[in-house]
Amino acid sequence: MDSIIKFNNVTFEYESEENTSKVLENFSLEIERGTFNVILGHNGSGKSTLAKLTNGLIKAKSGEVLVNGMSTMDEEKEIDIKRTVGLVFQNPDNQIVSSIVEEDVAFGPENLGLSPEESRERVDNALKATEMYEFRDKPTHKLSGGQKQRVAIAGIIAMEPECIVLDEPTAMLDPRGRKEVLNTILKLNKEKNITIILITHFMEEAENAHRVIVMNDGKVTADGKPCQVFAQTDVIKEAGLDLPQTTDLLSKLKEKGFSVSGGIISADECVKEVSKLLDLEEI
Amino acid sequence: MLKDITFGQYFPSNSVVHKLDARVKLVLLVLQIVTIFICKNFVSLGIIALFTLVVLFFTKIPIKLYFKSIKVIIPIIIFTAILNVFYIKTGVVLLSFWKITIWSDGITKAIFMAARVLILILISSVLTYTTTPNDLTDGIERLLKPLKFIGLGQAVHTMSMMMTIALRFIPTLIEETDKIMSAQKARGADLESGGIVQKVKALLPILIPLLISSVRRAYELAEAMECRCYNGGKGRIRMKRLKMALKDYISVLLCVVVLGFIIVANNLF
Repeated sequence: MDSIIKFNNVTFEYESEENTSKVLENFSLEIERGTFNVILGHNGSGKSTLAKLTNGLIKAKSGEVLVNGMSTMDEEKEIDIKRTVGLVFQNPDNQIVSSIVEEDVAFGPENLGLSPEESRERVDNALKATEMYEFRDKPTHKLSGGQKQRVAIAGIIAMEPECIVLDEPTAMLDPRGRKEVLNTILKLNKEKNITIILITHFMEEAENAHRVIVMNDGKVTADGKPCQVFAQTDVIKEAGLDLPQTTDLLSKLKEKGFSVSGGIISADECVKEVSKLLDLEEI
Repeated sequence: MLKDITFGQYFPSNSVVHKLDARVKLVLLVLQIVTIFICKNFVSLGIIALFTLVVLFFTKIPIKLYFKSIKVIIPIIIFTAILNVFYIKTGVVLLSFWKITIWSDGITKAIFMAARVLILILISSVLTYTTTPNDLTDGIERLLKPLKFIGLGQAVHTMSMMMTIALRFIPTLIEETDKIMSAQKARGADLESGGIVQKVKALLPILIPLLISSVRRAYELAEAMECRCYNGGKGRIRMKRLKMALKDYISVLLCVVVLGFIIVANNLF
């Protein structure tokens, strides 16, 4: 497996005066290049910590995090790592540096010391990739939540990272903004082959992922293809997550003794499965 | 109410004024302020007022927006005007009752001062309305560049970065203040009634949440900036280059000509 990010026995703890709480302990994980990964977990499961560890924003207490083989502990590699792995946070308002869309997107390339011509090209490409090009000279505070988050993503893409880690990017958005952002992420993965690590607690967003990782208490409790993971309903419930309605319906049917296949998330497949049942009943 | 604050905002358009070099606009603003302050009589003030109106017209920004920027400042103008009316005791007595006497020079002076401040606000709005915050801070940074010879290069960059962020967060914080005010009102806070002391006290439950959330925002913004390889501006190259063009030189010339007219008008009338 060609891995882009590798966690080797990572331990991380938050220290306060009264106690130290271990968020991650001997945590190991490998992310394959070019894949779309979804990490699911409820609040406090260590998923945000995980995000910040991936590009060296915080450093592991013990163990190591490798990005393309570079350790995040190596201070000389700091910029290279941040160029490789971009982070997008929950609140789009707190990630936008400048008042004008294109000037904000240019912030990253400017910091990298690229020539104005190259910055321009990257900014235009990034805005086109997130479908925000027509808004390039608009003030950022006039945009909707979904649009702001897309600007934040464009700001990361303009640095041309190989991997983008998104920490609950849709948590503060309305359903429409959520869809816009999710479609953008999917497109980036498909068309630009950028590795995606999407951290969320919305199960529906895991539907199109290559790999789903469920985290609970700083540990991986389920890991695999979406259909494999969602078939393990008890693990998901234990992790404090709500099953998608479709999966929930089918698993309840299964409990009642109907023969349906588990691990289905998309509504279409659920309809197929249920109508198959109904057809059987009619006969 | 708070949404009316337009100070420091940018309004996109394709006017000539928008396309001027930010450095030129900054220097010209300083020149205009000086010009406004050396006006000695109504004729010279009239010239600068006329010139300001022409500039406003050329920005292609709806006049309505300029009124908005004035609206906020009107109480201050009225306050200073009233002070002038009471404090100047020359000319002809116009009105006298109880212990108050109003002199003619007081009235003319008050009108003169009010007009002066109005023009000042309008011409300053032109700068922020027509210049993107990045251009503006870039302009300041470049104008102050010579300071690096006395070891202040980093300080200049830091200051301009702080300004960019401050301007960027004005609308965000205004929106947040509105939200907090609504939230406190919904909890029964009374923000309107009472004397000044009570009103100031009533502001406390708004300012404290605002401060706390600003600090939290600052932390998150710092992390986001770090993720975008910001390291204090070392090796940073701006995407948009400021370039002087013919229109920049022409506008400098125009402003100097206006200054000349003002000096002539000051001495003639």
